[in-house]
Amino acid sequence: MAEKKKKRAIPRQPMPEQAPEVRRRNFKEVPEGYGPETAMEEATRCLQCKNPGCVDGCPVSVDIPGFIGLIQDGDFKGAIRNLWGKNSLPAVCGRVCPQEIQCEGKCVLAKKGEAVAIGHLERFAADYEREHGTGELPPKQPPTGKKVAVVGSGPAGLTVAGDLIVKGHEVTVLEAFHKPGGVLVYGIPEFRLPKQIVAQEVHFLERLGVKVETNMVVGRTVSVDELFEQGYDAVFVGVGAGLPRFLNIPGENLVGILSANEYLTRANLMKAYLYPQVDTPIPRGKNVVVLGGGNVAMDAARTAMRLGAESSKIVYRRSREEMPARVAEVHHAEEEGIEFHLLTNPTRFIGNEKGRLVGMECLKMELGEPDASGRRRPVPVEGSEYRLDCDLVIVAVGSGANPLLTQSDSEMELNQWGYIVADPKTGKTTKKGVWAGGDIVTGAATVILAMGAGRIAADSMHDYLTLGW
Amino acid sequence: MFTIVKREEMAGGTVVLNEIEAPLIANKAKPGQFVILKATEEGERIPLTMAETDPEKGTLTVIYMVVGKSTAVFKSLQEGDGYQDVIGPLGKPTHIEKIGTVVCVGGGTGIAVLHPITRALKEAGNRVIAIIGARNKDLLILEDRMKRASHELKICTDDGSYGRKGFVTEVLKEVLENERVDQAVAIGPVPMMKFVSKMTADYKVPTLVSLNPIMVDGTGMCGGCRVSVGGETKFACVDGPEFDGHQVDYDELMMRLQAYCEDEQKCYNDYCLLEQA
Repeated sequence: MAEKKKKRAIPRQPMPEQAPEVRRRNFKEVPEGYGPETAMEEATRCLQCKNPGCVDGCPVSVDIPGFIGLIQDGDFKGAIRNLWGKNSLPAVCGRVCPQEIQCEGKCVLAKKGEAVAIGHLERFAADYEREHGTGELPPKQPPTGKKVAVVGSGPAGLTVAGDLIVKGHEVTVLEAFHKPGGVLVYGIPEFRLPKQIVAQEVHFLERLGVKVETNMVVGRTVSVDELFEQGYDAVFVGVGAGLPRFLNIPGENLVGILSANEYLTRANLMKAYLYPQVDTPIPRGKNVVVLGGGNVAMDAARTAMRLGAESSKIVYRRSREEMPARVAEVHHAEEEGIEFHLLTNPTRFIGNEKGRLVGMECLKMELGEPDASGRRRPVPVEGSEYRLDCDLVIVAVGSGANPLLTQSDSEMELNQWGYIVADPKTGKTTKKGVWAGGDIVTGAATVILAMGAGRIAADSMHDYLTLGW
Repeated sequence: MFTIVKREEMAGGTVVLNEIEAPLIANKAKPGQFVILKATEEGERIPLTMAETDPEKGTLTVIYMVVGKSTAVFKSLQEGDGYQDVIGPLGKPTHIEKIGTVVCVGGGTGIAVLHPITRALKEAGNRVIAIIGARNKDLLILEDRMKRASHELKICTDDGSYGRKGFVTEVLKEVLENERVDQAVAIGPVPMMKFVSKMTADYKVPTLVSLNPIMVDGTGMCGGCRVSVGGETKFACVDGPEFDGHQVDYDELMMRLQAYCEDEQKCYNDYCLLEQA
């Protein structure tokens, strides 16, 4: 008892970060990571619960008390190997998972104070291995002779690949872009998830034997049926959502209005923030407006600030409470000087004679009755029109289902929005030998939920490959 | 790497042909579809509609005009060199069917894209009249191939240095006056497609155009290639690249094509200065 009390006296170790006034103009990672001493101190706070809530809160059931216990003992090598047992992308998850509503939200310490910094510790274990590790790989089961194709190299696909390669199957990942990583490379900015880390996580899978083929647009370059003809025994489809939504209001095709997908792909995948050292340009707005209130909107607004914007604003039609972005992301954005124009809805965009954006007209909103999502519906305040000057607008109001693969295959059933119908317990689609998971099943969600879906599908695929459909 | 097996300069070196080894794409591609090419690690993803594919050899051919840094880098690649990335085939293929008499109108490097469509239309049993144009004789490409791909080939140049003096629209008008035309296909600079479509609309001839707006991924993900067609926003990469020419908002397309104009001009100038140094 006394020891537990002592543990509780230790405060949650703060994450060292680049100062807001510095980082708002550079692309370096914002949090700098724990050192070994801080990590061990933080790990000491874990009470090693017999029935840990944190594990239930994790979509891939990481053995959280287990790996934290190893960090407590200073066994960092043991900690990362424990993590790999459940999670092929710990360096990514430690950075981008919404821990506050998952593992940390269920931590018993959170009831009376601050949760153990599980995410920071996961990141520490992964970073320590990358920087100081021996490179020794986890064990693999003997070859089964079965071949698996994974379509899409985002978090769902990489999880399936990582799970099935250690179970002895041959795994090939097919990626439509010229670089693997999916949303981890095209969507999430460098300052939240350095691309070098994604590359190393993919490289780790390659060292385990996963083959990665880029420039493969399944549905165009090759069809799912042809993959079976080529000798694959099972296919996982994790192609992501990837069809940007627009507002469909007048003036939306003016020069200076981009989807967040385009803006972030230019910045992240194409590294356009280095232009002209690289060849892909990106519009650098002086007065930037980002439409939307999710994590992608925060990423876009913060990217614009780093690209030299004089002002970077979030315009969101509901209030702060309804914003889907993580609290930590909103906080980081605010620290960096992003302005929030809440309860504001654009009604049209205004261009000059060259077709370039110069402003937009907005309406003030107020909250009415709850809508289908359970959130209070924003309703316009009559006569509240006003003009907001801007030369760059980034539309971050969500994504729909990309039809490129699904349209090329008639056997996979889709729902009314074009997402693939998959059994939530197994990930099985209506086409024999094909599983699906991630945003192409659920609609735009988080990295870790896609990984959770990948885990479920991988287990079911393994059963199929060893026992049958 | 995707190796260049054949390289040819045309139109006084302003236009370059690359035949590239890409067996998977060559095996799948149909007339009207495009690929995205990226030459180097730092390179830009550039969409180009294919001019030819040879499934047996496993190659595809693109013909492009050198207009900026990225295409200048493409031009610097020699036979045996290669592109780091080639992605495709993308976009919807041209709908080819026997409908009667078809007029195929091409300008500039648009002729390269028009050629396989012209040939396919002829093979499908249509009577095909082709009209191709360029600013002057030296800039005209693929005359021989277009001759073989069509039943009748009409040529014009802006300065009269070869064929008829004048624009393709003038020649087109004569054809439309004298013949019953069931379908037109126009591929070339945006203003050319705009004026061809305007004219065929007067004669109520359905017209197909192939658009090449700015895009990043080419798979429907970025929305950079959005065009207004009949008042609706379409993505050229997945809904096109071919559209009903009478419905396209060409003025908007031209403005959108200028989005990075200043950046690109500076980047190209810097590249040219460095190359000369």
